[in-house]
Amino acid sequence: MADFLMPSLGADMEAGTLVEWKVAPGQAVKRGDVVAVVDTDKGAIEVEIWEDGVVAEILVPTGTKVPVGTVLARVRGAAQAAAPGAGPPPAVPAPRREVEAPRPAAAAPPAAMGSGQARASPAARAKARELGVDLSSVAGTGPDGAVTLADVEAAAGKAAAAAPTSARAAPVAGAAAPGMRQAIAAAMARSKREIPHYYLALDVDLSRALAWLARENERRPVTERLLPVALLLKAVARAAREVPEMNGFFVDGAFRPAGSVHLGVAISLRLGGLIAPALHDVDRLDLSAVMRGLNDLVARTRRGGLRSSELSDGTLTVTSLGDMGVGEVYGVIYPPQVALVGFGRVQERPWAAGGMLGVRPVVTVTLAADHRVSDGIRGAQFLAVVDRLLQAPEAL
Amino acid sequence: MNAAEIREVVLSILGGIAPEVDLARVRPDADLREELDIDSMDVLRFVVGLSERLGVEVPEADYPLIRTLDGCVAYLAAHGAAPRQQAGPAAQGAGA
Repeated sequence: MADFLMPSLGADMEAGTLVEWKVAPGQAVKRGDVVAVVDTDKGAIEVEIWEDGVVAEILVPTGTKVPVGTVLARVRGAAQAAAPGAGPPPAVPAPRREVEAPRPAAAAPPAAMGSGQARASPAARAKARELGVDLSSVAGTGPDGAVTLADVEAAAGKAAAAAPTSARAAPVAGAAAPGMRQAIAAAMARSKREIPHYYLALDVDLSRALAWLARENERRPVTERLLPVALLLKAVARAAREVPEMNGFFVDGAFRPAGSVHLGVAISLRLGGLIAPALHDVDRLDLSAVMRGLNDLVARTRRGGLRSSELSDGTLTVTSLGDMGVGEVYGVIYPPQVALVGFGRVQERPWAAGGMLGVRPVVTVTLAADHRVSDGIRGAQFLAVVDRLLQAPEAL
Repeated sequence: MNAAEIREVVLSILGGIAPEVDLARVRPDADLREELDIDSMDVLRFVVGLSERLGVEVPEADYPLIRTLDGCVAYLAAHGAAPRQQAGPAAQGAGA
């Protein structure tokens, strides 16, 4: 008999609310099946099981909020019990409970909540909290029946806040769910306290990559078009294979390199807040698959529907603020990872090459890395590999 | 399709991409990226949506012509926009 636990979906999660069981007692499950949906500050997450067996008993009813590590169900027939609460082995460390965030959630009594609650985007969730709307009572009109911000506002009988100069709802400081802000704060404070970051930057000429991309997109149907970010992610993933000190976890005083390259992709939520779910095995995907995976990941991040493995097994995070016009970004490493790669905006800049001065599209690639694991020279080698790979886009 | 019909479909696609936006407030002559706070990935989803719903494939080179709502409607009208059976998930925001 094995226990199926409330998983830790990242270093910043303390508790979750069980909103839906996808299985019933007596039902057979196999590794990778989604067995439950858990509501967290990161939206509704589909939780996978990591062993084969038969569900013997369900211990936590829907609508109950419980701390990370709580036994949710028992599973019979699982020969080797997996590490409690661990995501897909081997990458994920055991649940980390040492986050020094306040723990109101764990101490609170189970929150009453309707069963079968609809998915809701984190923005809708924040608004519902602000307006005192019970999400389970709202009919969702978004993709897959997701509750949208508009649904919440309609339910509250309030018109959208008028934005004086443009249509979009103005993001305001702290607009993200308070729980998410607190979770980000806890993880980032821990990172800055524990990880001796070092920072490097390299300007990379993207003229070859972008020219190749333009030619490629001309012959592709619109649904198969690639964005530059697909090339950047693939280059980072392959560089991580060549310089493994950037890819893995620092746990219990030692570095554990990861066997796979699962890139955490920092995705901003439309009304504030940030989630970095993992795109799996990017080093082995072709560019079309990277693009499809990224599309899917962004859509599910914004409407709810991420999987537990995607939140817990990123091995290296990439952030790109280019669309915002930022030239370079120096990131804060997401523990227990050991590095973060940042891309700024692609800008036309004067560029000297072969004794000639010309204008080229250039991006500044930055690396924040953990000095407990690597030195600047390895970081420099890593960035040089990213550059080299981007000079041969057809081989990515 | 007349311009009003095209505009309605365009707004419906944008609504799937930026669900929290009040589409009635989108200024027709302003840059949609700024009006809707959308990024390059959203733009690609928008272009996929146009292809699926209206049968017009906008090449990358023409993206500057569809930056505003008015510009987009005019471009689509000039390129023979016609309603398609709504099928693909992209128009609903799930990407390609």
